Amino acid sequence: MDAANALVAFTNYVLLPGATYGAQLALGALGATLIYGIMRFSNFAHGDTMAFGTMATILVTWLLQSIGISFGPLPTALIALPVGIIATATFVLATDRLVYRHYRRNKVPSIILVMVSLGVMFVMNGVVRMIIGVDDRQFADGARFVFTAAQFKTWTGLAEPIALRVSQVISLIAAVVVVAWLYWFLEKTRTGKSMRAFSDNENLALLSGINPERVVAITWILAAALATIAGVLYGLDKSFRPFTYFQLLLPIFAAAVVGGLGNPLGAIAGGFVVAFSEVAVTYSFRKVATYLLPDDWQPDGLLQLLTTDYKVAVSFSVLVLVLLFKPSGLFKGKAA
Amino acid sequence: MSPDTTQAEPYLVGEAMTGGYGAADILKTCTITAAKGEIAVIVGPNGAGKSTAMKALFGMLPLRSGSVRLGGEDITALQPQQRVAKGMGFVPQTHNVFTSMTVEENLEMGAFLRRDDIRKTIEQVYDLFPILREKRRQPAGELSGGQRQQVAVGRALMTEPQVLMLDEPTAGVSPIVMDELFDRIIDVARIGITILMVEQNARQALEIADRGYVLVQGGNRFTGSGRELLDNPEVRRTFLGG
Amino acid sequence: MTGTQRNLLMFGAMAALIVLTGFTQSWNSALAIINMGLISAVMALGVNIQWGYAGLYNVGTMGFVALGSLAAVLVGLDPVPGAWEAGGLRIFGALAFGALVIALAALIYRRMDRGKTRALAVAALLAGGFILYRFLLDPAVDAVEAINPAVQGNLGGLGLPILLSWPVGALLAAGAGWLIGKTALGLRSDYLAIATLGIAEIVIAVLKNEDWLARGVKNVVDIPRPVPYEVDLRANPDFLSVVQWFGADPVSAAAVAVKLCYAGLFLAVLLLLIWLSEAALHSPWGRMMRAIRDNEVAASAMGKDVTRRHLQVFVLGCAVLGIAGAMLATMESQLTPGAFQPLRFTFLIWVMVVVGGSGNNWGAVLGGMLIWYLWVQVEPWGSSLMSLVTSGMADGSPLKQHLIDSAAHMRLLVMGVILIVVLRFRPAGLIPGK
Repeated sequence: MDAANALVAFTNYVLLPGATYGAQLALGALGATLIYGIMRFSNFAHGDTMAFGTMATILVTWLLQSIGISFGPLPTALIALPVGIIATATFVLATDRLVYRHYRRNKVPSIILVMVSLGVMFVMNGVVRMIIGVDDRQFADGARFVFTAAQFKTWTGLAEPIALRVSQVISLIAAVVVVAWLYWFLEKTRTGKSMRAFSDNENLALLSGINPERVVAITWILAAALATIAGVLYGLDKSFRPFTYFQLLLPIFAAAVVGGLGNPLGAIAGGFVVAFSEVAVTYSFRKVATYLLPDDWQPDGLLQLLTTDYKVAVSFSVLVLVLLFKPSGLFKGKAA
Repeated sequence: MSPDTTQAEPYLVGEAMTGGYGAADILKTCTITAAKGEIAVIVGPNGAGKSTAMKALFGMLPLRSGSVRLGGEDITALQPQQRVAKGMGFVPQTHNVFTSMTVEENLEMGAFLRRDDIRKTIEQVYDLFPILREKRRQPAGELSGGQRQQVAVGRALMTEPQVLMLDEPTAGVSPIVMDELFDRIIDVARIGITILMVEQNARQALEIADRGYVLVQGGNRFTGSGRELLDNPEVRRTFLGG
Repeated sequence: MTGTQRNLLMFGAMAALIVLTGFTQSWNSALAIINMGLISAVMALGVNIQWGYAGLYNVGTMGFVALGSLAAVLVGLDPVPGAWEAGGLRIFGALAFGALVIALAALIYRRMDRGKTRALAVAALLAGGFILYRFLLDPAVDAVEAINPAVQGNLGGLGLPILLSWPVGALLAAGAGWLIGKTALGLRSDYLAIATLGIAEIVIAVLKNEDWLARGVKNVVDIPRPVPYEVDLRANPDFLSVVQWFGADPVSAAAVAVKLCYAGLFLAVLLLLIWLSEAALHSPWGRMMRAIRDNEVAASAMGKDVTRRHLQVFVLGCAVLGIAGAMLATMESQLTPGAFQPLRFTFLIWVMVVVGGSGNNWGAVLGGMLIWYLWVQVEPWGSSLMSLVTSGMADGSPLKQHLIDSAAHMRLLVMGVILIVVLRFRPAGLIPGK
């Protein structure tokens, strides 16, 4: 029984939140890594692209709510999501046209593109704050739980509960669906293959008649969609605040680098590695230990490696360890 | 120097090509031709402009003067991709396969411009290079040097080109593999495709060449059939090491 | 018009903008812009040393500046009575122990052969070391933080003259720069960017959460000053007589006088740094740096240790950022970790460097002043614009309120547009590098 309680506590406080957060990070990192794979630069505006997409989705959600449309037990934001994706894709395609395309044609070093993305980051940041403000926004509606802590306890008779939130289930399902679709797209479709070819060897792709502008446009659309989905899932799970999204840049990059920049499979793995490290390192294992250890071994402390304030340090440490020991990432990336 | 000026114009003609990347011209009134189904080979010392001449034919080098014609049509102004559509295939010297993609995907990418059924062409490539059929599901990056070159040639063949241009196809492969590659190239020429290649291994290349060009400092030095050049004492002494 | 003339003209225009602010707003605000502009110029100089001289992309400016600010607290503040006895020594013991464990782990990693035994040994050492480290550290931290927590709860500083914190800030930041440079230099430039982004966030996290160090988010507000206090000036008969002679108001005159003192100090530091870096740039070392920047491959082929040179430049740039941070905390007399925002202390500095002209020290100075000026002024401009736009709307309409509120964020947009436009149409900046 104690072992079951320990396992349940671990699931509720580490496994579930870690998997949810990992799914969100993986989707964010996928977008960043796709841009890197095709355009060869780290897009510093990616966090703010997530914020922009989430903002657009929230605005549509409010509109839907105000005219009385809802999605039953599911959040209304899911209906609004496609509109958010279209708005974000339009915005990033416009930035590509107005800003990035010039540099691509002139074949500038990638660091200049990184710098340009800083400018885009500022603009997006300003736009988001001007439109929706800087405050915390809760936009999750519908049912909150698939089952609550109390329900779980009555069913199982265990002392420890698991509360399964709707947002967690949505995050996990959405991540699986999106990743499966993306895999199919990249592996099986002509367009997806041409993107891989372009990422692999740009010159040879040109020789083969692959249109670079089309590949780039599709990459932006995919990245915008992934960023919006990741942002909305994160916002449903926690809340939306522009600054928080800006700060997601670091774990997202950490995930992309850990997996190997430019490698989609790596981005997914990296997302979960970073998320689980963050959650596990900042979780107090005291409760788990009380069930597993004999009474006279009970720990005094919280058994917490770091306080949650140092979450950022965890993604950073994972990043540094990978840079030190395996700079090309766990999976082979495009960068050495 | 040009024994066949009286006959019909060869399929591919680069006439009096002059140009370079910067202020200085690398090519100086260089003329290269190849007739249908012929193997033409460009040889010469390092820095003679061999690869540059080929790039000029393929539209990757701006020409100050001179022209390029394909099947009688002037294509001097066309982009490389447009030349691919016109029936030219190009195999770069290095980075000539998509390493992370399978052999079959490499071939599919080669046929990217085509909208018709490419299964038949893939089968033809496999017939030409049987080893590729065996390795069709393997990433091209995991193949040996000689196999990779076959993938590279196969990729270029996927557009069903009239002219196939190869930039030093045997660079960095062992002599045995080199012989096999040359055999394959002869096979390709036999199905009616014009071959133009730049080669470091001048002697072996000239042995299979219908037409050879010796370039020096961006200009034509000797021109003739492969046999003629091999038999020319001056060519032997200066370029073939005796 | 020669380049020098044009540059002088641009600096003249910059000065005119500030003088205009003096006339239209107040001399106090004009001087405030100058002082923060000078500090910004020092920051821009630091980034310029890394980017302009060596092409190193540091987006962790905020962290190195914050470390410099921390130095102001650790040097300038008086020691908190009893804190060292209560746990200060033990804290440093614990930190030293932690460093020792990491060094030992590194040693084992290097000495032992690759394999499971090594991995196990390193993991066991790190895990055991961490538990022991926390066992040593936690009670000491609690003891220190228990001392008079309403106003102290920290170790305090060394009680040394505050100006000494400027070089100390440089050292702190340089140390952090060395650590991060050791890790990420020699890899792709994007990796250095991501690594510096991370270290900056960690520095801020430490400053916010380690209350024993500098009171965390409770802030340190009484860092001593190197210049007189306004209240003392107003009580000083000599000062008052001078003020009377000018016919000025003593309250604002005192504020202006204090700011002028700071401006003098900052200007001296800025000029010294420019002189030093110009001298360095024209020394054999600087020539080699430029050679490496212009052609890394050729330089390393000639046997130059590029990564080592990059590390030197990176550490130097971080040191300059540290000085700027110490200057900032000295001017504000306080350390507020919550105020360190990456947009303001990292990315804005980058706008300064790019706009000013990467690779040119004077460009960095001009960019620092100009962008800081705009950063300060765009907000009121935006507000006026919005009140103009909304003047036709009914008072109390939610849209009107929203538009007026949104003006505060307009400067982010403006900075982004400036950065994009400069990169596109004048990529070398206002004063291009040589």
